[in-house]
Amino acid sequence: MNIRATHLGSLQSAERRLFVRGVGVLSGVIALGSPLAALLPSRIWAVELRVLSSAEAAALLAMIRTIAPHDTLDDAAYALVVNAIDADAAASTQAHADLKAGIASLGDGFALMSEQVRVEHLKAIESGAFFQSVRLKTLLVLYNNPIAWVHFGFQGESFSKGGYLLRGFNDLKWLPEVPLADSGPMPLG
Amino acid sequence: MPHFDLSDSDVVVIVGSGAGGGTMANELTRRGLKVVLFEAGKRQSLASFSQNPGEAFAQLTWLEPRSQSGSWDPVKTSPALPAWHCRTVGGTTVHWTAATPRLQSYETRARSVYGDIPGASLADWPIEYAELKRWYQAAEKRLGVTRRNGNPGMPASNNFKVMYAGARRLGYKRVHTNYLAINSRARDGRGLCIQQGFCVQGCKTGAKWSTLYTEIPQAEASGKLDLRSECFVTRIEHDNAGRASGVVYRDAAGAEQRQRARIVCVAGNAIETARLLLLSESGRFKGGLANGSDQLGRNYCHHVLSFVFGIFDQPVSFWRGAVLAGVVEDENIHDPRRGFAGGYHLELAMLDLPTLPLIGLPYGWGRDFASVIDNYRNMAGMLINGEDLPRADNRITLSRTLKDGYGLPVAHIHCDPHPNDLAMRAHAAGQGKKLYEAAGAKRTVVSTVPPATHQMGTARMSHDPGQGVTNAYGRTHEVPNLFISDGSVQTTAGAANPTLTIVALALRQAQHIGGEVAAQRL
Repeated sequence: MNIRATHLGSLQSAERRLFVRGVGVLSGVIALGSPLAALLPSRIWAVELRVLSSAEAAALLAMIRTIAPHDTLDDAAYALVVNAIDADAAASTQAHADLKAGIASLGDGFALMSEQVRVEHLKAIESGAFFQSVRLKTLLVLYNNPIAWVHFGFQGESFSKGGYLLRGFNDLKWLPEVPLADSGPMPLG
Repeated sequence: MPHFDLSDSDVVVIVGSGAGGGTMANELTRRGLKVVLFEAGKRQSLASFSQNPGEAFAQLTWLEPRSQSGSWDPVKTSPALPAWHCRTVGGTTVHWTAATPRLQSYETRARSVYGDIPGASLADWPIEYAELKRWYQAAEKRLGVTRRNGNPGMPASNNFKVMYAGARRLGYKRVHTNYLAINSRARDGRGLCIQQGFCVQGCKTGAKWSTLYTEIPQAEASGKLDLRSECFVTRIEHDNAGRASGVVYRDAAGAEQRQRARIVCVAGNAIETARLLLLSESGRFKGGLANGSDQLGRNYCHHVLSFVFGIFDQPVSFWRGAVLAGVVEDENIHDPRRGFAGGYHLELAMLDLPTLPLIGLPYGWGRDFASVIDNYRNMAGMLINGEDLPRADNRITLSRTLKDGYGLPVAHIHCDPHPNDLAMRAHAAGQGKKLYEAAGAKRTVVSTVPPATHQMGTARMSHDPGQGVTNAYGRTHEVPNLFISDGSVQTTAGAANPTLTIVALALRQAQHIGGEVAAQRL
């Protein structure tokens, strides 16, 4: 697993964050024994936000979790999406205003509502620009970072390890082997 | 590397450095011709290919905007990226997955064999199949295709074991690890496939054929190639006699330049090739250069495409290994009893985790969407690749709404699938689902139509100058020294992934040009 993806740079240890003045903060604690612990400097993680308040970030995180509900995927992965959207908003006053208005339209207490209610809320706005932009950013960021890769099992690049030729590209045993005439020999020797 | 003078009217200009353009550059320099090869994108290398799928996508993809319309899925599902091809030296051979089937004989006689299908603009190819086959054989030797010429087949991956088991249980007979332009053994000064599963991001061992590290360096070694990367050709000019006289382009700094030429070959991928000729309209050539037939940009084909995924109780780990190393060929026949004309391949396919949610899944969001990805370890995958029928109004035009950074209209794509395409897709999806169920799948998922990766037909070959843009050598009917050297010339799509056909036709075109030059007719 390649743990050097730049996305992880946005998850800092909580202690360091105290020296940086942000508007809001998202933070969490990775479960004991989680394989993710190896990816991060500390089990406690925090994302410092540039434009969103802590409450807005929590609502946005709940929206992203409703778009892509993976119950056992750690909040740290979802926080990367919040961070990316927050960064986009910091770069443009229009995007900033659109984001604030979009989150406000979710209503008070969105993060605390049941999933069914959140889904109904989002279905009502799913053709709108705010929902579509959050959905696209979710697809782009949530599955393209080492936290998600560990969680879903994707092993990522293999060139540095010699590919999968000797690391399981053909290790499936629950179906019959393919006759040589319809495949080919291993390129060894 | 030489730099030929902008006023040197003895050079051959080639626009685009992919399968067609890169091969032409090698073939023409080998024949002693001076070539200026234009490529809009940057030059990467085995070392610079990124292994992060998101970064690799940004590094290699043609990302200029396009507008689109019609009833095909990408209007809704992929509005910003209707077609997925490359903008880099080597073109789309950098990210292709190297499947190299031949067209079948019946597919080159589609009009005669399928009949007059309403709503389709079918035509027969102006080349005899025996002639095409000869050039396929030459192309297969050049590319080192597996299962041909004594090159061993690829070993079976996990994903293929699933396909094979299901296909056999369904009674399919022609099922194997595919014809691939990937070294199953080291050859041609390049390494062997180590099953990285990163074909699409650029093959870091060079086991997969790409003009970036085969044809283009060979052409450079001739001392006759002037490769101008990051140079975007905006117009082809002609003289008073109606012959192509050169091209206008923007150099890497954005400055406008003008390169003179004795011959111009366009190989910009069928969308951009049509756009460039449309942009080159003049008082003499109204409605686009070499477009007296009004066929330029029309008959755009992109294959009947869909992914089918099977979800199993046990791991498959389908991301490991060469992406397209498997095929079911049995449905690549014309059998109207199935309810449609033409045929299709079921090709092995997988998507890396970052790409899967972007182009593979029919659900927008929510539990159905997430539950597929939750099963990523236990997924098997295939890609339907079938013949779509050409239609006069499925076409590339110049966008009325969007312009590129130089103020030029971008390509507009209009596409309404023919009912035949929809019937074929439904049949193929049904067979794909049955295949996985026969292998024990607990759930199957059929994708929406992904962005098009095979672009064909926008400057098609025809005997009759009124029915197409080029003759059987890809030479335009109206401008004798203007050639089309990419998939644009395909008269019909067939069910074969187009690269082998593009290379075969380029080899043939190069021989034609060499002969014409030697005879002082060109």
